[in-house]
Amino acid sequence: MTTPDVTTLTPVPAADDAARLARFEAHVAAEEKVEARAWMPEAYRRTLIRQISQHAHSEIVGMLPEGNWITRAPTLRRKAVLMAKVQDEAGHGLYLYSAAETLGVSRAELIDQLLAGTAKYSSIFNYPTPTWADIGAIGWLVDGAAIMNQVALCRCSYGPYARAMVRICREESFHQRQGFEIMLTLSRGAAAQRAMAQDALNRWWWPSLMMFGPSDRDSVHSAQSMRWKIKRVSNDDLRQKFVDATVPQAQFLGLTVPDPDLRLDDATGHYHFGELPWHEFHEVLKGNGPCNRERLAARRAAHDEGAWVRAAALAYSRKQQARQSRAS
Amino acid sequence: MSTTPHDWALYEVFVRARAGLDHKHVGSLHAADPQMALQHARDTYTRRQEGVSIWVVRSDQISASDPSDADALFSPADDKVYRHPTFYTIPEGVEGL
Ligand SMILES: [Fe+2]
Ligand SMILES: [Fe+2]
Repeated sequence: MTTPDVTTLTPVPAADDAARLARFEAHVAAEEKVEARAWMPEAYRRTLIRQISQHAHSEIVGMLPEGNWITRAPTLRRKAVLMAKVQDEAGHGLYLYSAAETLGVSRAELIDQLLAGTAKYSSIFNYPTPTWADIGAIGWLVDGAAIMNQVALCRCSYGPYARAMVRICREESFHQRQGFEIMLTLSRGAAAQRAMAQDALNRWWWPSLMMFGPSDRDSVHSAQSMRWKIKRVSNDDLRQKFVDATVPQAQFLGLTVPDPDLRLDDATGHYHFGELPWHEFHEVLKGNGPCNRERLAARRAAHDEGAWVRAAALAYSRKQQARQSRAS
Repeated sequence: MSTTPHDWALYEVFVRARAGLDHKHVGSLHAADPQMALQHARDTYTRRQEGVSIWVVRSDQISASDPSDADALFSPADDKVYRHPTFYTIPEGVEGL
């Protein structure tokens, strides 16, 4: 991923533009990847920057709900696993920021947008984690939903993003398994543990389904993104796939999915499920979720408290350079 | 890329998966100096035994071909099929070629 040459991104005359656009669309339609620095429509670039940076922010903010339990994990094994998982999420954020940087934005700029509250991240991370079962439910459902989404994105037309997704997907599967394992242990445990697992499922089910975004009927960016192969599978198709995969797992755990309308449609082989609580979705998106303020405050504090470390590292490197140039 | 006083430089990371293989580009990261870039590369790109050796190089030190020159640079090779062994017909029965 070389530094994008800003001059190649400046607008070109309209006639040229039409020919380039046609060539670009044919290229993408032929399942060829677009690489950094290649000519691309400005809207393609902007859409990708928005999507990749939102994704990166989600990985970073996503560390907070789980980080809440690292010091209180019930065993040393669980603690080691949870730390490894949260560390992976930090890594995912970094892969994604660097993919976004190939499009000509700087990571500093993107982080500023997150801290200023002008950038979005996945609403799911604005829900609290009051019990240990939440850590199980997050791994099983939230990472499970993320995987559904990310597997589809491995075929994204933008090369650096697709490659980051491949790397991320390789790491994600343990995330989902460790979550399921926590749920399994709790659901085979004492009555209080089973109740805790059920309560976590009750709270995380609908927010997990909402992770796939608005219904195809209301999705603003979908059509263009599908045409440019930025997005490969529609929100509703991914959501259905997730429900079909997850309901049998809940049954295996002996837990009840909190949806009275849920039933297997014999004709289609798919689960029919109830209407999502969209009002809640939009409220959380607007910043009125249970933890929106807390999450941003935590990110801002981390950034501010790390400022002296960043400055000191830079001062040290300058000193080393000065010393070296004096010696030579 | 210019490095503002508060910004760590961008580095490209290359990892050799195991002895006998080439270093391969895996992504990029920010660091204050090359030493830190190596440490970050280890934490960011080799948490699962992905490598036995790492190279880092500042992104602004890489010279890259211009994508819009790709045709001029690479298409002259298109009509030189005689550079490939499949271009030649070897009679049946001839072995070791
Ligand atoms: Fe992740
Ligand atoms: Fe994950």
